[in-house]
Amino acid sequence: MPVTRTVGAEAASPSSAGSAAGSAVSVAAARAGARSRLARRVVARHGHPREWVWGYLMVAPLALGLAGFYLWPIVQSVYYSFTSWGAFGGQQWAGLANYRAFLSDPQLPKAAWNTVLYSLLLLASIPLSIVFAALLNQVRGRSVGLYRTLYFIPVVSMPAAVAMVWRWLYNGDYGLINYLLSLVGIHGPHWVSDGRFAVYAMALVGIWSVVGYNMIIFAAGLKGIPRHYYEAAQLDGAGRVRQFFSITLPLLSPSIFFVSVVTVISGLQMFDYVLLMLGRSNPALADSKTIAYLFYEYVFLDHEQGMGCAIAVVLTVALLLLTAVQFRVQKRWVHYA
Amino acid sequence: MTRKLSALLCAAALVAAASACSSSTSAAGGGDATGPVTLTYGIWDPNQKPAMQQIVTAFEKLHPNITVDIELTPNADYWQKLQTEAASGTAPDVFWMSTTRIGLYAGQGQLLPLSGRPGFESSPFPASLNGIYTVGGKQYGMPKDYDTIGLWYNKKLFDAAGVAYPTAAWTWQDVIDASKKLTDPAKGTWGIASPDWTQENLYNDIFQAGGWVVSPDKKSSGFTDAKTLSGMQYALDFITKYKTSPTAQQMTDTDPSQLFASGKVAMFTDGDWDALTYKNAPGLQADVAPLPAGPQGRATVINGLANVIYARTPHADAAWEFVRFLGGQQANAIQAASGAVIPAYHGLGDAWVKSMPQFHLQTFVDQLDHAVPYPVSANTGPWATADQTILDQIWAGKLSLNAGAQQLKSTTDADLAKG
Repeated sequence: MPVTRTVGAEAASPSSAGSAAGSAVSVAAARAGARSRLARRVVARHGHPREWVWGYLMVAPLALGLAGFYLWPIVQSVYYSFTSWGAFGGQQWAGLANYRAFLSDPQLPKAAWNTVLYSLLLLASIPLSIVFAALLNQVRGRSVGLYRTLYFIPVVSMPAAVAMVWRWLYNGDYGLINYLLSLVGIHGPHWVSDGRFAVYAMALVGIWSVVGYNMIIFAAGLKGIPRHYYEAAQLDGAGRVRQFFSITLPLLSPSIFFVSVVTVISGLQMFDYVLLMLGRSNPALADSKTIAYLFYEYVFLDHEQGMGCAIAVVLTVALLLLTAVQFRVQKRWVHYA
Repeated sequence: MTRKLSALLCAAALVAAASACSSSTSAAGGGDATGPVTLTYGIWDPNQKPAMQQIVTAFEKLHPNITVDIELTPNADYWQKLQTEAASGTAPDVFWMSTTRIGLYAGQGQLLPLSGRPGFESSPFPASLNGIYTVGGKQYGMPKDYDTIGLWYNKKLFDAAGVAYPTAAWTWQDVIDASKKLTDPAKGTWGIASPDWTQENLYNDIFQAGGWVVSPDKKSSGFTDAKTLSGMQYALDFITKYKTSPTAQQMTDTDPSQLFASGKVAMFTDGDWDALTYKNAPGLQADVAPLPAGPQGRATVINGLANVIYARTPHADAAWEFVRFLGGQQANAIQAASGAVIPAYHGLGDAWVKSMPQFHLQTFVDQLDHAVPYPVSANTGPWATADQTILDQIWAGKLSLNAGAQQLKSTTDADLAKG
């Protein structure tokens, strides 16, 4: 009888006599005893430890949250994408009307192109991050933390604050960037209010804000490459450049793959800088809208929730397909050491 | 020991949460006239919050069993939040309403009609405002304030250029001539700022030209009318023809009211609501004159807010008591003294005018004589948003005015047809 034995042992111990702390310990001990008894009974009945029961119980809080706040809304969104909403709630079955309206929206081609263009530009952050990570790998001593913090600050900054500061930097007449350009005789454009530049201006901020995160992942990847590979290569007469392309890059490819998948996903969901850096009334807006911004306009400005859900479904399917393609292609270039 | 402490803290938090729940339910439960009632009052302007709080305090003194909580939501999110709340039945009991949304909210049964309520009186308010807040023969909004547009000017820049200050006798040509004299590219100053903003700029010019935006039957728009076009052309010419206004890009990067406040722009047509901003702008010596007369004479857009009652409020009677108080002389006098807005109540404009003696604020009140209501329809929001996007393209020079006007008309007419 393990339970009585544990409780009895606690009760006999002097620490539990009247002391509140002791009684708390004894309750905990009793609970632990009950738990082990149940476990033993499970073992006794089935002949092997049913650990998976506990596994499921342990992940239940997270799994329920995930189901309630992520999976169920996804199911609902798919349903709502076939409905049309009134201004103040109430839906009607609309069939494929939302999808038809979205796919024939004259704004769609431009928005799709902007979204793809932005994602492609964002991928430029990968080589940049690798270079920074490799440089950081050379730094020894305490300053590593300093550099890491410096590069990571943009990642933890609020997008709204980032957008406000950059909007000011980009100001055509009074911005710092154009002021610096004017010093070398260049008359800078209106970066965020000219449709020819706005997407690139946003992509630059996007790259700036994501380099720190990518760099940390690459730095970890670099640390995982055994030093003796380089020593062996050196003995074989490989220079630094050859070492980089023949050892570093192939062995870093799992990290590169992960980062490129994440970057493409976040790039295709780009929304915040359009709203915060450009704003709702901006001559460049028509040339710079992204798919996610169209979603925002339909749902939050026009209150067409059904249409918004249809856009979300299309975007999700596109993301799934693209990611699947990436997983297919990775077999050709990613080396798992 | 630490574990026990944290357990205690958890327990304390639970108890606090539970008691908070129970106290709020008891407050909500007391919906009848005798028990204590808590109303929420949704507003969006932080500048006006102190005045609103004073009004609430005065109201609570008269009605000890009613408490009013002010819920401030920044203007950028106010309508999104309100529409979502209204859809789920949780909108504030009383909230601010604008002329652009009244058609949608009243038309979709989200508001309680005020006409017929005991003691309802619309006579103290400008007829044009009462008219906007009347939908289907019933008035839904208790007018709160009104605003008109004036020609703000920078006295320092006028003095430096040797140009006489604008007067009530000015016409479009006077503004054009003055804007040319006041523009100085070397100093980076412009004669005027002429953005594609409808209420502050375009609609006034359209009405001064004798044009129209939405027909009286709300079924068609007048963007392709020759007079409407000439009004828009006048506003656009400052950028494209005379080059006396910053470009659309420049005014997107730096807000024109900011350009005016910092002395970069000599003239700017703007509403009375920015008076406080210009009063507080360091180094700015500004004043305001009536809008100039166009080919068809004088005109200014009049717009204004109203207080409305949410249709699904559990405290309709208490909400009406509050709205009635908001529409009374005392509440309007408090608004006037704060200087933030012109109270809608007849005769209280004087107190507002005196709140900032450095400006000729009487200009805004006097212009009531030729005020034209802000153009609205049963659902103004969608076409107003779509129009702004098209206007942005015209102002940026990507669309000609004529081609843009065609788009404005077809887009607006399509939305008007939806009712």
